[in-house]
Amino acid sequence: MLHTLSVKQMSDQLHAGEITSVELTQHYLDRISKYDPELNAYVTVTPELALEMAREADEQLKAGTAGLLTGIPVAHKDIFCTDGVKTTCSSKMLDNFIAPYDAHVVSLLKKAGMPILGKTNMDEFAMGSSSESSYFGPTKNPWDLNAVPGGSSGGAAAVIAANLAPMATGTDTGGSIRQPASFCGITGIKPTYGTVSRFGIIAYASSFDQAGPMTRSAEESAWMLNAMSEFDQRDSTCLEHERPDFSADLESSLEGLKVGVPEEYFGEGLDPEVEKIVKEAIAQIEKLGATIVSVSLPNKDLAVPSYYVLAPAEASSNLSRYDGVRFGYRCENPSNLQDLYKRSRSEGFGAEVKRRIMVGAYALSAGYYDAYYLKAQRLRRMVRDDFTKAFEQCDVIMGPVAPTPAFNIGEKTDDPTSMYLADLYTIPVNLGGFPGMSVPAGFAAGRPVGLHMVGPYFSEAKLLNIGHQYQQVTDWHKQTPAHYQ
Amino acid sequence: MSWEVVIGLEIHAQLTTKTKIFSGASIAYGAAPNSQACAVDLGMPGMLPVVNQAVIGKGLALGLALNAELGRKQVFDRKNYFYPDLPKGYQTTQMDYPIVGKGYLDIEVDGDIKRIGVTRAHLEEDAGKSNHGVVPGQTGIDLNRAGTPLLEIVSEPDLSSAQEAVAYARKMHELVTFLGICDGNMQEGSFRVDSNVSVRRPGEPLGTRAELKNINSFRFIEKAIEFEIERQIELIESGGQVVQETRLYDSETNTTRSMRTKEEANDYRYFPCPDLLPISVTEEDIEAVRASMPELPDAKRKRYVSDLGLNEYDAGVLTSSRAMAEFFESVLSHTQGNDAKLCANWITSDLAGALNKANLDIADSPISAELLAGLIARIQDDTISGKIAKQVFDAMWKGEGSADDIIAAKGLKQITDTGAIEAMVEEVLANNPSQVEAYKAGQEKMLGYFVGQVMKASGGQANPGQVNKILKNKLS
Amino acid sequence: MSIGKSEVEYISRLAMIDVAESEVEQVSAKLNNVLDLFEQMQAVNTDGVEPMAHPHEVSQRLRKDEITEGDQHEKLQSVAPSTAKDMYLVPQVIE
Repeated sequence: MLHTLSVKQMSDQLHAGEITSVELTQHYLDRISKYDPELNAYVTVTPELALEMAREADEQLKAGTAGLLTGIPVAHKDIFCTDGVKTTCSSKMLDNFIAPYDAHVVSLLKKAGMPILGKTNMDEFAMGSSSESSYFGPTKNPWDLNAVPGGSSGGAAAVIAANLAPMATGTDTGGSIRQPASFCGITGIKPTYGTVSRFGIIAYASSFDQAGPMTRSAEESAWMLNAMSEFDQRDSTCLEHERPDFSADLESSLEGLKVGVPEEYFGEGLDPEVEKIVKEAIAQIEKLGATIVSVSLPNKDLAVPSYYVLAPAEASSNLSRYDGVRFGYRCENPSNLQDLYKRSRSEGFGAEVKRRIMVGAYALSAGYYDAYYLKAQRLRRMVRDDFTKAFEQCDVIMGPVAPTPAFNIGEKTDDPTSMYLADLYTIPVNLGGFPGMSVPAGFAAGRPVGLHMVGPYFSEAKLLNIGHQYQQVTDWHKQTPAHYQ
Repeated sequence: MSWEVVIGLEIHAQLTTKTKIFSGASIAYGAAPNSQACAVDLGMPGMLPVVNQAVIGKGLALGLALNAELGRKQVFDRKNYFYPDLPKGYQTTQMDYPIVGKGYLDIEVDGDIKRIGVTRAHLEEDAGKSNHGVVPGQTGIDLNRAGTPLLEIVSEPDLSSAQEAVAYARKMHELVTFLGICDGNMQEGSFRVDSNVSVRRPGEPLGTRAELKNINSFRFIEKAIEFEIERQIELIESGGQVVQETRLYDSETNTTRSMRTKEEANDYRYFPCPDLLPISVTEEDIEAVRASMPELPDAKRKRYVSDLGLNEYDAGVLTSSRAMAEFFESVLSHTQGNDAKLCANWITSDLAGALNKANLDIADSPISAELLAGLIARIQDDTISGKIAKQVFDAMWKGEGSADDIIAAKGLKQITDTGAIEAMVEEVLANNPSQVEAYKAGQEKMLGYFVGQVMKASGGQANPGQVNKILKNKLS
Repeated sequence: MSIGKSEVEYISRLAMIDVAESEVEQVSAKLNNVLDLFEQMQAVNTDGVEPMAHPHEVSQRLRKDEITEGDQHEKLQSVAPSTAKDMYLVPQVIE
């Protein structure tokens, strides 16, 4: 069946004329109609656009001008502005927003000839780790419909896991690609900060946000990262250097690779099943020729508090533009300007978003800036420097992505800080701006568990290489829940 | 009871770039509403700023001209507050690392030079415009102006009178226009002056200040400050307290009145904008700006006086604007012998007079520098006399062509032929025997009469100098 | 440094977000939970540590001063809630 093919197989068959992109795209659209109602992974499905783009792709394939990903459908997280398509950030605030422009990532993947299946569900404004705060309701984890798919790119992870798209885009600010990838048993990578343009990505926390691919395999992520990481001068924080071919090192042997395992990672709070799976995965990588080195990240506990000051602070400012004036939700019959602002924002934003805006405003407010914001930035440097120091002794750091497998829907919604604390492994990577990846490594009580890999700046090709080699000797990444096979 | 007045000025100068500070939209004045507001200017979702190269050089030029510290590292910060003309809900500005640091500007008031400190100048983006009552009960927001680059220039509170404040404002206006970094058009809002005014008894701490905004002429700024000083003094003397607030000036009643008082001082929650990186300015950048700086007005005036021999008044008129100075220098360079006085006279009296009467700026002068130079050249080479030149000038003003065109068309060439003049002199003397007698009897004033008669006979075209000489000769 | 009713009201004004009377307690409790996280930061000695705003030590790239954006008001205003005469409308502001 078409959706069980790897992207490589799909691409080969497309190029050989054995299948068409229209067939492939229609196949996914049919699956979406059938399965998405129970998963709620898509906010918007775009069948007309998808088929129109598929037809164009087929013409390119016929003409021999097609590239590797031409004709391969893609799903975009609903945080990427897509010209002419509703782009909601899973918020009531943008439920009526038809984006008048494409994000750079969307333009690039259009250029690569990838038909757009639709926009995937997420935590509202990317603030969350479960996709439960979506205005459109939670997405279910395809492995267990009682479980969350993770967040904030939960919809994207779910569509890959349930074969409702072969490739998807996500964004990661505190773990939002890696954690859902782990919870849904797929592969996802957040590249080094500045690798992918943020132009047209609805901003949450500007110095952390970074887009990346979500796919079944590391190899597929490498191809997609190649396609989506071209320099964009419209984003001042996008780095100018020529990107390497991220797939060039996939076949390299792991002989001599030094894997750092932080002592602080395997302590209290880590689910024993998760610990077992992660340790087995690391042992597997050791078998492939790597040496394990113990490293220390002494400031590990500073990461979460630092992030939960800085990200909301930036967000509180980034979200000020949602005021009911030029786009987005506007309250009915505002009586005066202040009423317009207050009611549009209070009615348009969900509870978690309002909470983070208020926390962020407080952290920046007069009298608290030094104690909160500046302090958090100093801690940020300390957390980053821990990693830089550790990388003097190893090439990659490995550990769990999250302390537990996917939790149940509704289990943590009353206790947001406990959800925050579960981000302890992923957040430091965003604080530092390092590249981080999650590959599927096993199951605990039927729910997937991922292996987390963090590398020095610009080491994406190495991480993808490790992921690919690991995936040559394991088949966790090939698994699909029975119901969606 | 004596009072001390403390005034500080904040001047917002719009920079003469083509595009906005953070986007590639035009900043040209007068465009249709929102036709120059792109998605970045509108703060639409996912949009990001990129800094316009041109603002850096312009800011550094001001810094050099003010002998100021220069911002080799600059950081853009966000100033957060809600207002409809502020699309992102924050203004991007420079707080702790501005483009220009401490400097100074010398002003002259009643013949005395006073040095006024400049605290800093920083880059920031302008807000849009509100149009009240576009629809009854509604305000229409036009965001064309949002994102226009501004240089906010903050003075130390060193000004002690309305007169000093206006002298400083005028001097700064002259400086930014001479530098070419701002067009100085106060009617269009390119140069906005906010005055912070307070009073105190000598020796006491600073009084509460009121801010005067939205006054777009120097004359009104002076009057507004004068009124405000009196108002504050009267208020305090009658037992009241000055409230920290923004006040607007009403030119018809010559009073200031309170704008809606802000409920509390705004908590702007400044923090570095995470969408922008720190700006790095090198020594090469600074040298490049220094090398391309135009001559500054004070230096120019000094040079006009010391090197060109002009008097201070003329030097002042010729440097009253950059355009005027450029005009003068162009005329000078297109004529012979560096006769600054001659060129200056023509510009400061004849040309200036005509411009004033027609209510035109030098930039719109129907007589270009080249044309005027051509006229002066013909005076210098004796083709025409100074008096005839005035006729030529009038014709040039009307657009009748170059000096040569007009002289030829009207046959105005000066008569310098000795023989011809002698003949006319002899005729005049022959026709006025009693006057000749009077002259020979001692009435030397008659010479003027004879000159007049010869000039009349020649239709004004005889060279007066030669007429004089030949007359004296014949009469002796 | 805990968040009570007056702080909630203050932040509510700064952020232009309404907090209903009935919700104030709940909101301040949740905000205080987050504050507890912040308190953990205070105990750490950060003397001599520079604040880190960006991952990389890179300077701002400068853009050429050339017009690249034309008149797009029709497209961009197609998503606006309320406009008239090509301007965005808000309830009249009295100055």
